[in-house]
Amino acid sequence: MKIIERSNFGRLIELLKEAGYEVYGPRALDGGLVYDHIEKDSDLPEGYKDQQGKGLYRLEKSGDPYLFGFAVGSQSWKKFLHPAEQRLWKAKKTGNGFTLLDPEPEPRPRMAFIGVRACEISAMTIQQKVYEQAAALSGNPATPDAPPFIVAVNCTHPSNNCFCTSMDTGPRVRSGFDISLTEILEDHSHYFIGESGSERGADLLAQIPSRQATEAEISRGKAATDKAAQSISRSLDTHGLKELLYQNYNHPSWEAVADRCLSCGNCTMVCPTCFCSSVEDTIDVTGQYAERWNKWDSCFSIDFSYIHGGPVRNSVKSRYRQWMTHKLATWIDQFGTSGCVGCGRCITWCPVGIDITEEASTIRNSPKTQEP
Amino acid sequence: MPKSGKPKLAVWKFASCDGCQLSLLDCEDQLLSIAGKIEIANFAEASSAIVKGPYDLSLVEGSITTEHDEERIHQVRKASRFLVTIGACATSGGIQALRNFSDVKEFISLVYARPQYISTLRKSTAIADHVKVDFELRGCPVSKDQLLEVITAYLGKKKPNIPNYSVCMECKLRGVVCVMVSQGKICMGPVTQAGCHALCPSCNRGCYSCFGPKETANSSSLAGWFLQKGASREEIVRLFRGFNGNADAFRKESEYYEE
Repeated sequence: MKIIERSNFGRLIELLKEAGYEVYGPRALDGGLVYDHIEKDSDLPEGYKDQQGKGLYRLEKSGDPYLFGFAVGSQSWKKFLHPAEQRLWKAKKTGNGFTLLDPEPEPRPRMAFIGVRACEISAMTIQQKVYEQAAALSGNPATPDAPPFIVAVNCTHPSNNCFCTSMDTGPRVRSGFDISLTEILEDHSHYFIGESGSERGADLLAQIPSRQATEAEISRGKAATDKAAQSISRSLDTHGLKELLYQNYNHPSWEAVADRCLSCGNCTMVCPTCFCSSVEDTIDVTGQYAERWNKWDSCFSIDFSYIHGGPVRNSVKSRYRQWMTHKLATWIDQFGTSGCVGCGRCITWCPVGIDITEEASTIRNSPKTQEP
Repeated sequence: MPKSGKPKLAVWKFASCDGCQLSLLDCEDQLLSIAGKIEIANFAEASSAIVKGPYDLSLVEGSITTEHDEERIHQVRKASRFLVTIGACATSGGIQALRNFSDVKEFISLVYARPQYISTLRKSTAIADHVKVDFELRGCPVSKDQLLEVITAYLGKKKPNIPNYSVCMECKLRGVVCVMVSQGKICMGPVTQAGCHALCPSCNRGCYSCFGPKETANSSSLAGWFLQKGASREEIVRLFRGFNGNADAFRKESEYYEE
């Protein structure tokens, strides 16, 4: 493992840019931490911390110079990997049919992400599985984009809403990164403990001015993430959770949560694994030109389940139940893992503070076992 | 169909400010393409040359506030194959529906020197309360792009891409940080229909609900949350009593907090 002094951190960004990557990382923007384009280390949210609660988020000055002294960004990295709105094709009318224009997809830039958390790497893995499975089912395997260069930063500042320890996704990264860093701030020193997770990660790490980490420094890094894990108080009991939810489709708590749920869709938008989208066809006034767009959608919107004759999930109760049961139960049958990574975003960004861990424990504490 | 073979468009005005129908003239770049595909047959704001009905597509702006309008809307309906209401006035009764919560006679006596000349209904109501409406386009004013989408979809014989989900969805699609959660601002976004591309939140303001209630709007949960966070009952009444105060989901909430 290598020690990179804070003063040399900017070199990492420069090297990534020199290698042709578009670099993205967290920025303090508009009262939140937004994953955005970054040019230099001063673009990072130095000295910021986040306070998170149910339906509550505050970005504050922390008074210390941590670059990554917060939990996770307001929205996840999925906005880069699977953009919110994407044109699938455009076409013009020809005779009785139409001709596709520019059928080749536009090349996307090679991306590098700085500051990715362990829970977010898990989310990327989960989403990738979903898309691979979907592509296989369509019999039309998509050409994968070059995977982004991942500079993970082990989480040392979890929020009140984090529960990665319950979902076994953090706070320390285990795989899926090119470089992992642990940020250490002590009396007179500020440095990163760096480790490579891939060949290209090792190549890049070797070019940053660094020295070998001492045993003491390595254990300090481990202690920092151990402390983070211990500080996480929120939990989700996953033991038999799938069966529990399957047996409680008619639990009265679904009605209770529907009284509070706004069906606004915020939870699904900020969730790093929610993948649902709709496909929209547009035409121009002349009727000579058409486009097809893929757009993020949400199981909380009534149109989402609209099929011939009407929507399948008319009530908010059925929509909330669909979301939570999919995330924590049917996802396991469908993709072999839970759909939740414990990042806490759905709790923070719900305008009325609905808490998925609380909803699950309400059912666990008063199960009404019945035939599904 | 007229001689041109093009469908005929009519634009009608009831109690309104004209802002929504002017959105059609505001289509500038696309206006000639529209005129190439549909005959603008009756649009007093654009031309005094009126082509007789019936009309294939009618855009109706404004709310019903007088007995005369109450009769006229039935004539408009009869003369129209496809009737689309545009804007908050036509779809919910508009800002003038604030009268619905008071005694309109009192207003008249205060405002007009000769109240005897004023003949008005006690309530301002949406067009759909009087005649069958084929499609409602929300907004105060309507979005020019959505208006164009409705006309284009009509011409292309397809369902218009007009989402009825929340403004929150637009915030997240744009990457706007939630002003309610991150700053504690009062925002109507979670109960309001999308269509403005989250204009106010993207300018660091809460949503005023120009587009009215979203599908299955849960006004009572949001109002309860505001109350819990320190908003007064009066503030909540004002919040739900805006451009779309007469829309069911909002009217019930403001009446509840007024009691």
